[in-house]
Amino acid sequence: MMAKQRFFEEVAPGSEIGPLVKETSILLSVKWAGASGDYDPIHYDKEYAVSRGLPTTIVNGRLMVCFLVQMLTEWMGRGGTLRKVACQHRGMNLVGEPLTCRGKVTRKYEKSGEHYVECEIWVENPQGDRTGPGSALVTLPTRS
Amino acid sequence: MAQESLITEEMQKAIGQIVSSQVVEVTRSMIAKYLEAVGESNPLYWDEEYARRSEYGGVVAPPGLLLTIQMHGGSPRAHLPFKRPLERGVNAGSEWEFYRVVRPGDFIFSVVKLANLIERQGKKFGTMLFYVYEITFINQRGELVAKELHTSASY
Repeated sequence: MMAKQRFFEEVAPGSEIGPLVKETSILLSVKWAGASGDYDPIHYDKEYAVSRGLPTTIVNGRLMVCFLVQMLTEWMGRGGTLRKVACQHRGMNLVGEPLTCRGKVTRKYEKSGEHYVECEIWVENPQGDRTGPGSALVTLPTRS
Repeated sequence: MAQESLITEEMQKAIGQIVSSQVVEVTRSMIAKYLEAVGESNPLYWDEEYARRSEYGGVVAPPGLLLTIQMHGGSPRAHLPFKRPLERGVNAGSEWEFYRVVRPGDFIFSVVKLANLIERQGKKFGTMLFYVYEITFINQRGELVAKELHTSASY
């Protein structure tokens, strides 16, 4: 997907990022296991997850960070650069339920010729709980 | 109510130590698997024609690819120089700083240091131990590519 270029001038505190909605499934967990080398069965083996006291399998935390990264890189456009991303895994996202990545700009500033945009980002479950609160720092190109 | 700490002297000594290190070659196939898992199709990450015309001059890896590299060779807790008192572990979160792009053909050296061990009483799980890892990613040219602060919660 060719994302449109976002410029520093176009964003302001409060500007919305995303949403990026992702459907989750055992197949998704399996693909992530193959891609990441993380074979923890809690993400794809329902019996195992239940034996661990969970209602069902849960989405891998690292994968959710990658969804947030996708949301940010698509929002920025090719000329933007992701400098920092952080996410705390506070709650669970169940496999089989959609999850939503969202964000908003909190601050923007210029420093040493670069144009920085600070963002609050998070992952939500279908109930609207912020299971993965986080933050990001990106640089955007300017029109000037 | 005084409770004996789960953090032994042996564990205390491990703080600040390098736990593990590894080298991973970044390949187009690895990127393709990542794109399929995450559901991304940005041509910058796979279309050489498109990428060559961009300011990057060629295909680059998505920033998130480094999140797949860290598990090659096993999770950091498998390499700790002590037996963990609490068996269960869960990814509590991570903070990333990205300095340079990664390209297919790059070799990424990552070094994992146990930065801290924090004991806490949780409402749900009782005593919890948080392992904080600092991971440094360097490419074959000795350039700093990224840094990660990773927290694993065990209970």
